[in-house]
Amino acid sequence: MADRPTGGVPIELRKVTKAFPGGEAPAVQELDLHIPAGEIVVLLGPSGCGKTTTMRMINRLIEPTSGDILIGGQNSRDIDPDRLRRHIGYVIQQAGLFPHMTVAANIAQVPRMLGWDKRRIAERVTELLTLVGLEPDTFRDSFPRRLSGGQQQRVGVARALAADPPVLLMDEPFGALDPISRERLQDELLRLQDDLAKTIVFVTHDVDEALKIGDHIAIMQRPGHVVQYARPAEILTNPASEYVEQFLGAGSSMRLLRLTKVGDIELDQVPYASEDADAHELLHEVERDGRGYALITDGMRRPLRWIALADLHGRIGRVGTVGDPVTASIGHRMTLQDALEALLNADTDIVPVVGRRQAYAGALSLGTVQSAIQSIKAHERERRLRRGDAT
Amino acid sequence: MRHRLRTRLMSLWEYIEDRWDLIVFEAVQHAAMVAQCVLVAALLGVLAGVLTYRRPKVANLATASAGVLFTVPSLAMLGLLIPLLGLGVAPSVTAIVLYALLPIVRNTVVGLQSVDPMLVDAARGLGMSRRRALTRVELPLAWPVILTGIRVATQLSMGIGAVAAYVSGPGLGEQIFSGLARLGGANAVNSTLTGTIGVAILALAFDACFVLLGRLTTTRERQAAGGARG
Repeated sequence: MADRPTGGVPIELRKVTKAFPGGEAPAVQELDLHIPAGEIVVLLGPSGCGKTTTMRMINRLIEPTSGDILIGGQNSRDIDPDRLRRHIGYVIQQAGLFPHMTVAANIAQVPRMLGWDKRRIAERVTELLTLVGLEPDTFRDSFPRRLSGGQQQRVGVARALAADPPVLLMDEPFGALDPISRERLQDELLRLQDDLAKTIVFVTHDVDEALKIGDHIAIMQRPGHVVQYARPAEILTNPASEYVEQFLGAGSSMRLLRLTKVGDIELDQVPYASEDADAHELLHEVERDGRGYALITDGMRRPLRWIALADLHGRIGRVGTVGDPVTASIGHRMTLQDALEALLNADTDIVPVVGRRQAYAGALSLGTVQSAIQSIKAHERERRLRRGDAT
Repeated sequence: MRHRLRTRLMSLWEYIEDRWDLIVFEAVQHAAMVAQCVLVAALLGVLAGVLTYRRPKVANLATASAGVLFTVPSLAMLGLLIPLLGLGVAPSVTAIVLYALLPIVRNTVVGLQSVDPMLVDAARGLGMSRRRALTRVELPLAWPVILTGIRVATQLSMGIGAVAAYVSGPGLGEQIFSGLARLGGANAVNSTLTGTIGVAILALAFDACFVLLGRLTTTRERQAAGGARG
């Protein structure tokens, strides 16, 4: 299919309540939630908080007792549930692949119900397998049993995406995987989402997963209501209640490190010059900077050596090949957490940050990271105050 | 001793040779009766299973009532059916179907209940209707268990089919009963032996068919699944 994938549509929950017969308190209580189009919204909370019930009401696997759910502006009550579900992708824990069908047949289920012709289905299966990173010729005719947990869940995602639905519901999809596969599938989901821009409702009880995946996070508390609905950074810097704080646990600063990319913070600007630069000029620059050292780069601005003030004194003409070689560098797409790890392992207090094509983009030291975290917190506080004034 | 066994076998062989046409006729009748009864029982049993497996209480009731029928000795059951249905084919078929129901109903219920609920949830979540989820996911997954039930029912029906001669039912039971009635008389033992061995051979043949059927239906499942790439 050459046409562009269908982007997401917004979902609106209005005073949605679900009371199960026999249960004392309703599982979900007058829940209002606006899920913006094309975003990943994570429903986060301990088991029994109603997050799965909330999600299952969106595709009407559970019928709300009262309230309305609007999908792309249309009330879900007005759509036949089976038809509704064919246009909402559904991914569950352990994938839930049909063991008696091949991978291709599993993926083909929804297109078949929608009456696609065989050729179109076959093309779509190939396309989807490639999309989720499985070699089509190897996996098309395999049975699910032969696949690893991670591979099964990739097929699960492909099956959910088969008819290109605008909305995807994911119920703890990576909960049963080992940490390495989980991490990898999370990364791939984010990569996919960059292209697909679906509206994704993602249920998990894993705080780190929520912070990593979510554009917005709705933290839910028993019985069935949302206590905070905000972006990850705001939830970390300003938990709405003691409950949220407890649920997040300790280490909100460490988590901020994980959420923030090196490229997003203000880096140290160390004087730098190429090997061909004039030593005398560089000396002046370093003295003006006051740090007492500079970075020597190659013609493509790739960091080569650190050079100290002493190396430059009395040197005339080209800078040349004096100084200590750079042993470590930090990519601008790394998280601050990974950058911190690299900093702690480095021989020098300061490590160059490289951007595209390994070109020098700035430098990072422990102090820089610390002030970056402080400024993020200050920034979030300021945003909050501003918003507080507005309302 | 060996001499007597040889004369025994000789006389059995002569008996069979003399009445070959009749024996074949009775064997065919027997097989046809069992096959048709099991077919009816399978249709009814699977239907009962499908209708009840979602409600455990009703499912238990269905299996329990089939179980109660099962405890009635077949001879007594046939006898009880005479006042209602008279002699011949009707009571025989009724009794066989009733007995064959139990393993089929029970295995259908157990098979369907043992399908992972997660898979049913996935099927419904993809937008399959109840019926489609049943025919595409639940029944295919429960099929090996259901097939085993039908297989057991067939073996059972073979034996009960023989007893059906008691109410003048068709089949090889006639050989057994007439032999037993004339015990001590000429060819009495030959007649009983012929009936018994015949039933045993039929049972083995049917069982072989089931092994084949099981293999065929699971491969066909895979072929059908493979056809999706079409």
